[in-house]
Amino acid sequence: MVKREPAIELKNVYKSFGSKYVLRGLDLTIYKGESVVLLGQSGMGKSVSIRLMLGLMDADSGSIKINGNEITDFSEEEFYQNNRKIGMLFQNGALFDSMTVWENIAFSLLNVKKINPEEARKIAIEKLADVGLPAKVANMMPSELSGGMRKRVGLARAIADNPEIIFFDEPTTGLDPIMSDVINNLIVRCVKQLGATALTITHDIHSAKKIADRIVMLYDGKIIWDGKPEDLSHPNNDYVEHFVKGISLD
Amino acid sequence: MEMVRKIGTLGIDFLKSVFKFFYFLMQTIHNWFTPPYYPKIFFKNVIEIGFYSLPVVALTALFAGMVLALQSYSGFSSFSAEGAVATVVEIAITRELGPVFAGLMVAGRIGATMAASIGTMKVTEQIDALKTLSMNPFKYIVSPRVLAGICIMPVLVLIADIIGIFGGFIVSVNELGFNPFVYIKDTYNSMKTIDAVVGIAKGATFGAIITSMGCYYGYYTEGGADGVGKSTTNAVVYSSILILISNYILTAIFF
Repeated sequence: MVKREPAIELKNVYKSFGSKYVLRGLDLTIYKGESVVLLGQSGMGKSVSIRLMLGLMDADSGSIKINGNEITDFSEEEFYQNNRKIGMLFQNGALFDSMTVWENIAFSLLNVKKINPEEARKIAIEKLADVGLPAKVANMMPSELSGGMRKRVGLARAIADNPEIIFFDEPTTGLDPIMSDVINNLIVRCVKQLGATALTITHDIHSAKKIADRIVMLYDGKIIWDGKPEDLSHPNNDYVEHFVKGISLD
Repeated sequence: MEMVRKIGTLGIDFLKSVFKFFYFLMQTIHNWFTPPYYPKIFFKNVIEIGFYSLPVVALTALFAGMVLALQSYSGFSSFSAEGAVATVVEIAITRELGPVFAGLMVAGRIGATMAASIGTMKVTEQIDALKTLSMNPFKYIVSPRVLAGICIMPVLVLIADIIGIFGGFIVSVNELGFNPFVYIKDTYNSMKTIDAVVGIAKGATFGAIITSMGCYYGYYTEGGADGVGKSTTNAVVYSSILILISNYILTAIFF
């Protein structure tokens, strides 16, 4: 049997804000090429987990490894070097207001890889096509885009540099069901095309089933359930069952 | 006891803020000496701070010079020392009013703009996005802005000095009946290199204060639109206070 190599590995991770504990010994392993969805209620620490993995926040204790490297030990240079292999789709796109769509998509190509602007623009337009947007969008400003278009442009920026690992933060939040489905399909296609490892955080069950190879449920700062999308219909866990059905535990 | 505890907490919070600001400043300076550099961002900010602040700085300096000529004339005329007006206008404008008014005007314009734009980037996760795109926000956002402020503010102060002296000249010649050639000669004779040096030193210091406070408060913005508003106010208020304090210190040094 082929031994699977972990792309992301969290062991016994704790994180608190003042007296409020958000993560209480989080253990999570995501293997290379796998698409995992982290499900959980609002305020359960999903976003905190992703921010810890991205190194945007420091854990109180525990180990976080990306491709076998402990990110808590990274120097500043190593941190930015490591991020070259990572793409991130933020909940609201986090597009740079002062730049056009193509400059947003080609940001790291222009400023980090120092590719010439003509070539970078060409790649940006290709990535726009990958997410189903026409080339004419390239010269628009982020303020001129609809919510769905912003997500698509955010996705195009996340995949622009062909990352090994992609994080998706609530990719369908605030979108109508049809646009949500379009984004879900794009995520599946882009991740497959790149052969990337993907971690998506969401509370949208439909989206999770569509995107995931594996689903994990975060509750009370820990992973309480780990299974395949088809197992969600009979999870053998009261909390997960209530979550899937959208019924309060009270 | 409660009072002592509160004072203690305030003192510790203040020290923490000072330490945080100096750490921020050290990171900013460190990034001036480590590549890569972003000259486009630097020059864009030079234009933003220098060129677009010119109208407001020029107008302030012009009227400051005009008022100064009137007031010094009314004071000196009681001692029959009207001839000193040109000298007083020159010294007051180049050493004090030019730099301070330019500093306060730019603090209101640029300090607020920087805090608001960087603060908005922070609360909309654009700063986090920069990090995930392998871009150090200090290198890209903070360091070029602070350097631009330090480089362009002395130029702005020199322009304010010239316009301020010109304002005094207009009033002295047209309202107070001074001979234009004598006024120019008096102004020229009273000029010393040190006046310009003081102006430039103050300009560079104020440029550093305005841009670093704008960037600092913007970078550490928390709490959405309300947080952006607070950061903007803090950036303007604290940079104005620091401009006045550092102005006194620099005046005392060059006195």
